[in-house]
Amino acid sequence: MSRRRWLGLAVLLIVLLCVPLVVHSDYLLNVADIAGIYAIAVLGLGILLGFAGQLSLAQAAFFGIGAYASGYMTVHWGWPVLPSMAVATVFSGLIGLGLGWPCLRLSGHYLALATIGFGIITQLVLINWTSVTNGSDGMTGIPPPMIGPFALATYGQYYYLVLASLVLCAYVAWRIKSTRPGRALQAIRENELAASTTGIDPTRYKIVAFVLAGAYAGLAGALLAHSIKFLSPDSYSFDQSVIFLVMLIVGGSGSIGGAILGAVLLTFLPEALRPLKTSYIMVYGAAVIAMIIFMPRGLAGLLSTALGRDDAAARPLTNPAQPVEAKSA
Amino acid sequence: MTAANAQAASESGCLQIRGLLKRFGGITAVNALDMTVRGGDVHGLIGPNGSGKTTTLNIISGLYRADGGSIAFDGTELVGRPAHAIARLGVARTFQNIRLFAQLGVLENVMIGRHVRTQVGFLGAMLPFGATAREERATRKDAHELLEFVGLERVAGKVARSLPYGDQRRLEIARALASEPQLLLLDEPAAGMNPTETDALVALLRRIRDRGTTLLLIEHDMNLVMTVCDRITVLNFGQHIAEGTAADIARNPDVITAYLGGAIDAA
Repeated sequence: MSRRRWLGLAVLLIVLLCVPLVVHSDYLLNVADIAGIYAIAVLGLGILLGFAGQLSLAQAAFFGIGAYASGYMTVHWGWPVLPSMAVATVFSGLIGLGLGWPCLRLSGHYLALATIGFGIITQLVLINWTSVTNGSDGMTGIPPPMIGPFALATYGQYYYLVLASLVLCAYVAWRIKSTRPGRALQAIRENELAASTTGIDPTRYKIVAFVLAGAYAGLAGALLAHSIKFLSPDSYSFDQSVIFLVMLIVGGSGSIGGAILGAVLLTFLPEALRPLKTSYIMVYGAAVIAMIIFMPRGLAGLLSTALGRDDAAARPLTNPAQPVEAKSA
Repeated sequence: MTAANAQAASESGCLQIRGLLKRFGGITAVNALDMTVRGGDVHGLIGPNGSGKTTTLNIISGLYRADGGSIAFDGTELVGRPAHAIARLGVARTFQNIRLFAQLGVLENVMIGRHVRTQVGFLGAMLPFGATAREERATRKDAHELLEFVGLERVAGKVARSLPYGDQRRLEIARALASEPQLLLLDEPAAGMNPTETDALVALLRRIRDRGTTLLLIEHDMNLVMTVCDRITVLNFGQHIAEGTAADIARNPDVITAYLGGAIDAA
């Protein structure tokens, strides 16, 4: 990255650090926390779909697995929150391995269908495994995280935990993207056959992508659990997986900044549309359709064009069902 | 190893195919094929359409599983290994219908070609300095050198799919060379090229051979084959019908029959 870009990121980070000092509305800070949490889950999907080209509609399931796992460990075992979050992240990653492994032979629509199935199964388990999840009544009494003797009790304090997690997740995604493993993932997205004859083992890299996507969503879920302190199975439905997907596409699949922007924009947009009451969903839907039509490369693509830069990060998503082949000119 | 094997294996990049068999449903695409590619040669694989040339290449590079027979590459059996493992052993290839990483950069395509010669994994990637940064710099430099070698340095920053057709073919060769293969398989490298581009390709193929890489190429452009190949194998209906130097092949009556459907003066 260029020096100017580093400088821009540093300024952005300082601005973000100042938000809770300037904004005193609990409501807005809560929305900001949720936006950051969603951004982490969308970044995970960005690794799986944007980098590796594997379409998953189960991201909300991993979000739920992370949330319930961390909630359970703190409520029932009395574990401290931060270690529980870490374990929940690893646990979701392992479940990602469990989903990725049998799905390796699938691609495109079939992979999407299999992940939808996994998402539905997960939600049914959350509803019906009442001894662990408390079923439809939801899990209550989830504690806030402690930093030493201090509880992160307010949304403003929690904001810093979310921001730190998001920065870490973005850093990991950026490092992967700009080095050998990220190039291997993108090679698989672009042309799996050519990737394999280039010496890349598609199986191995796809599994790692599934694990990372699961872990990111798991961490996001754990962060949500200790922020809203109440878990109910409806928050982890197929609809939520679709929302994560839309956030990624609107932001710019394959771009790290785009994934974050898409998540933040589409978390705040419904809040901004609240005065429209019940008709807000129509406007929201129309806005999403317009963004996809008029910004085929997402927000990231729009920004890089505006800044006069052909950003490799912001190239459009390859339809995973149809690997792109160079056409004879 | 038999004496003949030992001689063929004297230079690296040699390939010995024995009794290779591949069926698709009721069709036998490759039928008990025997073929030897000597290390250091440019070896042509020719034959009419549907004679099993591309199928053979796909089996060698691990994209198809053979139904029988063996392929020894410098004494190592290739049949039964997955494509990525075969690439790691030093076999690279290009495709008849170009398969680039179309939306990635030209330079990135070649950097991906370095995959088997580099090591950084997911954990190593986390550190932006030290061995990771060194390997990244070396990969970039090697890729630039290869682009220079094939004459594409000026378009290093472009997106692969934006290149004209002939350049895409050369980029595919650069990506294959990036893995430092002992054996390079080329599936119709001159297809769709104009005579100027073909001449440049011939020069490039010779320079690749001079680096010590064995070449096995499928090609329909007989001029190119006769000019550049040290030895030629002719296939028809999945079987080997002739093998020898360009001059031997041009005189061989079986070859003339296979191509032209009857006895015609070879001159």
